[in-house]
Amino acid sequence: MLDHLAFETPKPKVIQGAKHDWELVIGMEVHAQVASNAKLFSGASTQFGAEPNSNVSFIDAAMPGMLPVINEFCVEQAVRTGLGLNAQINLVSAFDRKNYFYPDLPQGYQISQLYHPIVGEGEVIVDMGPGVARRVQIERIHLEQDAGKSIHDMDPAMSFVDLNRTGVALMEIVSRPDIRGPEEAAAYVVKMRQLLRYLGTCDGNMQNGNLRADVNVSVCRPGAYEKYQDSQDFSHLGTRCEIKNMNSMRFIQAAIEVEARRQIGILEDGGEVVQETRLYDPDKNETRSMRSKEEAHDYRYFPCPDLLPLEIEQAWVDGIEASLPELPDAKKARFVTEFGITEYDADVLTAEAENAAYFEDVAKGRDGKQAANWVINELFGRLKKEDHDITESPVSTAQLGAILDLIAKGDISGKIAKDLFEIVYTEGGDPAQIVEDRGMKQVTDTGAIEAEVDKIIAENPAQVEKAKQNPKLAGWFVGQVMKATGGKANPAAVNQLVQAKLGL
Amino acid sequence: MSIDIDTARRVAKLARIAVPEDDLPKLAEELSGILTFMEQLNEVDIEGIEPMVSVTPMQLKRRADEVTDGRQQDKVLANAPDAREGFFAVPKVVE
Amino acid sequence: MSQLNTLTIAEARDGLRKGEITAIDLTMSCMSAIDAAGALNAFVHHTPEIALEQARAADERLKGDEEAPSMCGIPVGIKDLFCTEGVPSQAGSGILKGFLPQYESTITGKLWASGAVMLGKLNMDEFAMGSSNETSVYGNAVNPRRRGNDAAELTPGGSSGGSAAAVAADLCLGATGTDTGGSIRQPAAFTGIVGIKPTYGRCSRWGIVAFASSLDQAGPMTKTVRDAAIMLQAMAGPDPKDSTSADIPVPDFEAALTGDIRGQTIGIPKEYRMDGMPDEIERLWAEGTEMLKAAGAKIIDISLPHTKYALPAYYVIAPAEASSNLARYDGVRYGHRAKLAQGDGITEMYEKTRAEGFGAEVKRRVMIGTYVLSAGFYDAYYNRARKVRALIKRDFEQAFDQGVDAILTPATPSAAFGLGEMANADPVQMYLNDVFTVTVNLAGLPGISVPAGLDAQGLPLGLQLIGKPWDEAGLLNVAHRLETDAGFVSKPTKWW
Repeated sequence: MLDHLAFETPKPKVIQGAKHDWELVIGMEVHAQVASNAKLFSGASTQFGAEPNSNVSFIDAAMPGMLPVINEFCVEQAVRTGLGLNAQINLVSAFDRKNYFYPDLPQGYQISQLYHPIVGEGEVIVDMGPGVARRVQIERIHLEQDAGKSIHDMDPAMSFVDLNRTGVALMEIVSRPDIRGPEEAAAYVVKMRQLLRYLGTCDGNMQNGNLRADVNVSVCRPGAYEKYQDSQDFSHLGTRCEIKNMNSMRFIQAAIEVEARRQIGILEDGGEVVQETRLYDPDKNETRSMRSKEEAHDYRYFPCPDLLPLEIEQAWVDGIEASLPELPDAKKARFVTEFGITEYDADVLTAEAENAAYFEDVAKGRDGKQAANWVINELFGRLKKEDHDITESPVSTAQLGAILDLIAKGDISGKIAKDLFEIVYTEGGDPAQIVEDRGMKQVTDTGAIEAEVDKIIAENPAQVEKAKQNPKLAGWFVGQVMKATGGKANPAAVNQLVQAKLGL
Repeated sequence: MSIDIDTARRVAKLARIAVPEDDLPKLAEELSGILTFMEQLNEVDIEGIEPMVSVTPMQLKRRADEVTDGRQQDKVLANAPDAREGFFAVPKVVE
Repeated sequence: MSQLNTLTIAEARDGLRKGEITAIDLTMSCMSAIDAAGALNAFVHHTPEIALEQARAADERLKGDEEAPSMCGIPVGIKDLFCTEGVPSQAGSGILKGFLPQYESTITGKLWASGAVMLGKLNMDEFAMGSSNETSVYGNAVNPRRRGNDAAELTPGGSSGGSAAAVAADLCLGATGTDTGGSIRQPAAFTGIVGIKPTYGRCSRWGIVAFASSLDQAGPMTKTVRDAAIMLQAMAGPDPKDSTSADIPVPDFEAALTGDIRGQTIGIPKEYRMDGMPDEIERLWAEGTEMLKAAGAKIIDISLPHTKYALPAYYVIAPAEASSNLARYDGVRYGHRAKLAQGDGITEMYEKTRAEGFGAEVKRRVMIGTYVLSAGFYDAYYNRARKVRALIKRDFEQAFDQGVDAILTPATPSAAFGLGEMANADPVQMYLNDVFTVTVNLAGLPGISVPAGLDAQGLPLGLQLIGKPWDEAGLLNVAHRLETDAGFVSKPTKWW
């Protein structure tokens, strides 16, 4: 089986400055909330949207004397994610404290994994359209605690702190600076989200902040990046700035674009880019320096003395690996080869695991291309109208399969099939039975069609004359016959008979 | 290694402890004294030594992924110097 | 029965079981002693209602349950470092003023479950940082011992100074202490009582205000070794809420007190013979060695070559961990919050709150810890200290590999000193108090301080025994033998 379809590498994005051309170099840190019931080091719930400070244990609130105990499932989820990214799983990892003061960080430190992350090097292939993709190397994935939430707009003088999110497990997935443009960066997040959802390790909900990204952006002159690649020497690259907390694909693209232009402006004016943390303001479409973060960026990392090193067994890792689902790249490649569909369609169908499963169920033993068409155009289109996803589809795979079978047998035409689909979608029922009960079956009996053709020719002598002059007008007769038969006549048969009767 | 007044000021800032400017020289001196004492450690040959991890080799304890805690907003806020509408209130934070 | 408070835990237990005394009477006797001992400033929060309620319940239980635990009905004091539900728990600090925990520490929970009675909270150095109880927000605890007729107040040692003073003055039958660098053993030695720091991981740290997480360990402070065995039994055991607590079964400590130490090997480490050590301590150590030898133990000289580096390593590691552990005291969720001036923001709130709430020694250690962890210094200080720590542990392992069962050393380099005497010394001078005890914390080993004699001024002196990991039972047995043979019976003369 193919792991991935063959692809070519896209060209890096080039931005024309006032003086010369520039290329972008982008690295991403994706923060993915681990899908778990309880927090990383406490038994409080991870549920979103609860009353403020209700999903908070004394551990999360950093009450004196409280101690962390790790949630084993969160470890498993990080390992599963690592395996999904073809990454090195570290059988020994360790937790460190990252120290800084912030009201929504009750302990005064975040428990993270700086020195020994649980997952090492891996890779992800970011699809940029049929036949084009970027291979992005993953440097590491580590487990860490999320912070709480500070709300600044409830009171003119005060900020309000809610610790519900405090201590929820995050996976920080760190890429190498292998991403070469704003579109690639967005596509990277799309791909990461897809993978995480396939793996079931993060729900990917960006609106709730369950998936967000810090984007490291720098610019360099054409040719410099290749030098970096050959030498792994970062000095060939420009100074980077980190844009924090991006949770929309659109903003990621816009922020990179505007940040790159800002840096180019500085460089072309003979200035120097200062390495710093910045925030993107979508209203003004600009990035600005986050001074509060800069002030104290000496995090004084050291091993968390409340936790021993985390040791896991290879056999346990193997068990998790054996339970991995088929992942998007492999599934896409298989759909193309097994069902003969286009890479484009395969892309659409594998975007979500549930969509892919639906399609596969429908396509099995049927015409794959036709199945893809129906799933993508009819079903997805219809669902989208009502803002439903596939799990809410009123049409089961068996029902849609039955509709396709009726077409294949010639029982109904494509047009009737669409009507039938709508009936099944809104009313439900067995498609074959509906066709039977409502007399929607296609008429292929030439005798019946012939009678109808004869009748229409007899009733319209003037049209017959015209058609004989201009054979293109024969279509009118076909239309009349179809109308008279309620669309059930086999259009090919009608056409053939009309041609013959008119002597064309 | 001795700590100068600027370093003492920076450390106090990092530790979020207000130290009046007049007290910095004494603080710097005290911290320097302690550091000098620590510098005996430089005499020790630590080549190839791994830092100590635990008294006896032990597996890290793990919990099952079950919600067993929380749902105690009143207790979490019980000791708060300033709690409002279920939140902890602090002076405005500027990001 | 007017002197019930002077009983040992073992005596009281036997009396309670036989129905000769009641927990209520015992508790009230202690409460009167506490009321009369304000001058010692040992108890800083009194919990008479809880005490009487628990004593009543203990009496009930003792009537119906012949198997009631040994601690049932025994009145104890709790170091202020332990969080006790609904009872002020301030760690001796102004920054936790008014803090009422909504939870009970694992250890105190176990004590109450075994029927023990809480008399109140005990004075201590702020956040357990100190060796003289002079850094406490409650003011000094005072040693019930005096230099002969000299009325000068002496330190009970620290950080568990209140615990030591309370037990030595018969205000309670036992007390909890915690020991990060010697905070149980040094005050025990200064006040003439027994204090054991168990193996790191033997007692849960959950609910005890953290000072230095990799070193902190709770233990009992009692009048006798037998009492230490009984009380430790009730405190020890694995805790699923503490990732560093060991899943190792707890043996019957009291049953191990056979007094038979024949054939055991006692190591005498030459590195503990320090320049300028008082003759009296040198002599006491030699006498202790002789006693153990006379009891049938084999005495061997051993070397623990990295001993000298224990103190500097400790004073890197402990402040580093403390600087992080104490970051949570920020005025947001509990404890003190500074009054702010017009225009003050969150940073000013942190800085003022912590400047007002922490005392000088705590601030100093937090800043030292901050410095050694800061960018560029981590490897030079913290990581180096952790490696030296590994070497110190290895020293002990090599001694135990030679067949050593326990190691005998002095507990402290001096007897109790006067309160205020060290006020002008530089901080490092005070740190030297921990020189014999701190190695044990770094290596995670069990250590016990046993009162073994008096100095010329009549002040108690202690000897320390260091055991193999998880061998508190064997250690207590050697300590029991030493205690018996030293025949230490001196009690403070009541002046308060």
